[in-house]
This record gives sequence, C-alpha cells and structure tokens, in this order.
Amino acid sequence: MGSRTIIPFGPQHPVLPEPIHIDLIVEDEKVVEAVPSIGFIHRGLEKLVEKKDYIEYVYVAERICGICSFIHGQTYCQGVEEIMKIEIPTRAKYLRTIWGELSRIHSHLLWLGLMADAFGFESLFMHSWRVREQVLDLIEATTGGRVIFGSCKVGGTRRDIPPEQMSWLLARLETVEKEMQLIVDIFMNDNSVKHRLCGVGVISKEDAIVLGAVGPTLRGSGVADDMRLLKYAAFGDLDFQPISKTDGDSYSRCAVRCSELFQSVDLIRQAAAKMPEGEIAVKVTGNPDGEFFSRVEQPRGEVVYYIKGNGTKNLTRFRARTPTFANVPPLVKMLAGCELADVPVLVLTIDPCISCTER
Amino acid sequence: MIEEQTIITVMPETLVAETRKMRDQGYRLVQICVTRLGEELQLDYSFDLNRKFINFRFMQPKIGARVPSVSGIYWCAFTYENEISDLFGVQVDGNALDFKGNFYKTAMKHPFIQDAAPAPAAAPAKGGQ
Amino acid sequence: MAFFQMKKMILAWTFRTPVTTKYPFEPRKICPGSRGRLDIKISDCIFCTLCAKRCPTQALNVDRVNKKWHIDRLRCISCNCCVEVCPKKCLHLTGDHGIPTVTKDWETF
Repeated sequence: MGSRTIIPFGPQHPVLPEPIHIDLIVEDEKVVEAVPSIGFIHRGLEKLVEKKDYIEYVYVAERICGICSFIHGQTYCQGVEEIMKIEIPTRAKYLRTIWGELSRIHSHLLWLGLMADAFGFESLFMHSWRVREQVLDLIEATTGGRVIFGSCKVGGTRRDIPPEQMSWLLARLETVEKEMQLIVDIFMNDNSVKHRLCGVGVISKEDAIVLGAVGPTLRGSGVADDMRLLKYAAFGDLDFQPISKTDGDSYSRCAVRCSELFQSVDLIRQAAAKMPEGEIAVKVTGNPDGEFFSRVEQPRGEVVYYIKGNGTKNLTRFRARTPTFANVPPLVKMLAGCELADVPVLVLTIDPCISCTER
Repeated sequence: MIEEQTIITVMPETLVAETRKMRDQGYRLVQICVTRLGEELQLDYSFDLNRKFINFRFMQPKIGARVPSVSGIYWCAFTYENEISDLFGVQVDGNALDFKGNFYKTAMKHPFIQDAAPAPAAAPAKGGQ
Repeated sequence: MAFFQMKKMILAWTFRTPVTTKYPFEPRKICPGSRGRLDIKISDCIFCTLCAKRCPTQALNVDRVNKKWHIDRLRCISCNCCVEVCPKKCLHLTGDHGIPTVTKDWETF
C-alpha cells in the first residue's frame, strides 16, 4: 500500500503552451485523482461588451485566443449577422471558409509539434513548426497578419484574395502538403511514437457523450459529429464528411487530427475552384435586437457563442463556451489511473487552449 | 437561417427530471449559460443531438438564485456550475465537484453581477502634452 | 513495426541550408501587404478626426485647433480601420514592425 503525495502540475511547465494548474494525487507513480484549477489568464473579456460597441467587438473576439483567432472572429460575425438578418455575399462566405481551413491547418501543425515535444521528440517538434511557418507565410500574404488575421467584419470580410494570389496560394499549398505527408508518416508509423500514444487515455463512446467531449476528442472515440455539417459559410456547397476513429485512445485522436490536415487542404482546393466573383461585404446599419447561439467548428472542437442584443449599440450578453472548457472533464477522467510520465501526453491530447477556456 | 434553435421554458423544480430525459435520448450537454437582465438572471441549459439544438430556459432573481445540480446526470456540468457560482453568485445544490468559490481567482467576488464602473472621461483628450 | 522513421527527414535536411535567418545581422524579409506600423503624410491631412473616431483602441488623437495629429504607438493594433476611413488617403500601414519603445507616450506629427 503506497502513501499518497500531491504533485502540482503547472501553471509553469515546459510542455504547457498556456497556464493551467492540476493537482495530481499520486500513489507510487500512478495518478489516482486529478483536480484541475484554472483562472490564471482570466481577462473578463465577456464583460467588455458593456464598453465596446458591437462593430468594434470583433477585434476583442479575435483576440480571445492566438491559435484559433480567425474562427472566433468568424463565429462572432456569423452570430451578429443571424440576429440582424444580414445575408453576406457568397464570395465572402467562401473567403471565410478558406481562411478558416488555413487556420485549422496551422493549428493542427502547432499541436503536432507540441505533442512531439510532450514525449520528448524535439526534432520532430521543430520540423512540424517549420512546415507551419510556410502556412503562416500564406496567411500573412493574404490577410496581413500572421496570427491575428483581422479580416472578418460584421457584413462580410475586409480583404479579398485576387485570382493571381489564389493560384500562388494553391501552388504553395502543394509543397506544404508533401512536407506534411513526411511528418504525418512519422507520427502514424514510428514505433517509439506508437509506444507513447497507443492505449493511453482511453475514453469509450458512451463516456465521451456523457462527459461532454467535443472535437477530435469526441471523434477519436467513434462519434462522427462535426459542426461543419451545419453548413454554415460555404460548407453547404463543399463535399465534406467528418473523420472519426473508434479506438478512443491518444493514438486515434492524433490520427483524426492528421487526417483532418489533408481534408482541410482538399476543402481549400474545392472552395478555390467554386468561389464566385462578386462583392465581399454589405453595408450594416442599425443595431442587433434578438439572440442566437452561434456554433462553429474550431480546430479544437465545437465553439458556442450566445449573443444577445437589445437594440442598442452595446450587446447585452456575449458568452463564449470554447471547446477546451468542454474537454476539461474528459481530461480529469483520463488522468485518473494513468502513469505519472503520461500526464503531459494526456494534457496535450485534448489540445488545451487555456486562453480560450478562461477568456 | 443556419439552424433552427428550440427554446423551451422549464421550471427549476422540473429541471433535473427533464435533463434525465435528455440524457436517456442520447443528447449531450453543450453548455450552461447565465445572462444578467437587469435585476434578474436568465439561465440557459443547451443540449445537442446530431446538430438538433434544444435549450431549456428559466429565470432566477439576481441575489439569492438557487438551482439544483445536474452533475449527477452529466458529470461534465461541474465546470459550468462552478463557473456560474463564481461569476454570478448562483448557489448550486449538490455539485459533484464543488470548488466552493475557488474555481476562478478574481479580484472581486461575483464580478458579473456588479455594475460596471462609469467609463473614464476621454483619456487621450490632451495627448501630446 | 517501423523503427527510426525519422531517417528520411534527417538525411534530407543534413545537406540543406537552414531555414532560419540570422536576424538581426540579416534583414528580415518583409511580406507585401503585411499590416505593420502606421505612417501618415501629414502635409495631406485635413484634421477631419474621422480616423480618431473609428479607432477601436482610441490610439489616435487629432487636435483640430493646433493642427496636430498624435498616436499612442503601444495602443495601436494595426487593424487598418483608420486607413480605410481616411478621405484624403494620407494614412498607410508600412510592412515593417515598429521600433521598440519603453515608455507610453504620444508621438506627434
């Protein structure tokens, strides 16, 4: 019978991209229980709606998180447009889809790098981020910013991608795709990687639904649910099926994200081929009056924005339930009963984005 | 219109029974959200099954709001219930993992039901001096 | 059972030049269209104050009486709103990032 010790994990830890604190109750190298604690980066962004009007708030919504920044902006604009019954031009919908999928590629490559770092494979971490730099160059050339895109506004988009730039982007995307294939090969087939990922952190299908898992955490356990099936933006015209694996361990979650990389490249190609000419924004007058739950698929899962307006230029309520917030209970369940050395792998397998969680 | 969203009004007494029916049908809990409307709080419990969205709604007073916990049915509700009790002062009875006010470390208690401080008078008025 | 899958990557990159640039000894490659530092052609400015009204972070302050235009560099988020709204098109965002600064003061043009 071992004695129990409490080991604090975080908020400062080399493997964590953002601060989260977990108290691990450990009995001889086996974690018995885990108690999470958040609040290190709570900025009260939801209360800022009282000060900034609904058009300026896009800039705040984009800055909730650095990795999933564009899709936050898109969800906000979509929510306000639904309340005000604004129909944005089709070209703007396609542009938002293309930027959203570029954002997904760069986020998954970032995650692959951090995952490699979590089990000590630093050279693979550096190679994943080297490929990600090329995607960030594409984003900078089309939107002007590497991390915060600043290209979504209520009523459409602020910038256009002219046809020559589009063909340059598709040519560069082919090089990126070949390099991604090399990296994904290592993740999926290398023996040392499989040793660390297979059988670690298993969540069954029923557990995933009751625990409220979203995104690749849910799809890795066999539930093929993806908010892109709601057909927002241009997804109604594109051929898309969610990817899911049935094993429920860290390896299948990794496999889901790796396959989504190539699916996003394919979606960008489809969107570029079908994008029509036209305007990129409509003029917006008036104030939002009404409410809507705006749901979009972020790289980490389903994000739900509850937006409520009452006819003035400041919104009454803006509530963002981000995917990492919903994935914290599965994490706590996974940590119970694991080995101490697996804790960084498990914390990273849900793809934590703590700035999103705490806004 | 992207999707139809059904909003159903429930009473706090029937909340737990209705949530259990949702779980038996296979719905997953999407979020629990509180909105301050003047002197009242509006609580929303959202559920989803294959992109069909259902929302339970009821009102509570701003001070002294009290709801039963659904964490016995959906264990993941503990995060949302801790958040609403830390930020809005809603008392939740029977939370499976109760942090007793320590989930969010904020400078003041229940920040979201405090009134906002008046906006600072145009700060950059005399810029350049 | 695949061992040492990394060998292909290692062999490919042993003889290639590194992708990192030796900044600050080598200049940084600036991407056209990148949103960087705000610049103004003060001779064209008519002091209409539209840019200051549209700025989401209140980083601009325009003095109509004394004909002066002030910017708080640390508040500017390079969002491009002022550039879009200026009637005389005297504002533009250069591709390069700002100079590091240690104090919060207003820069006057």
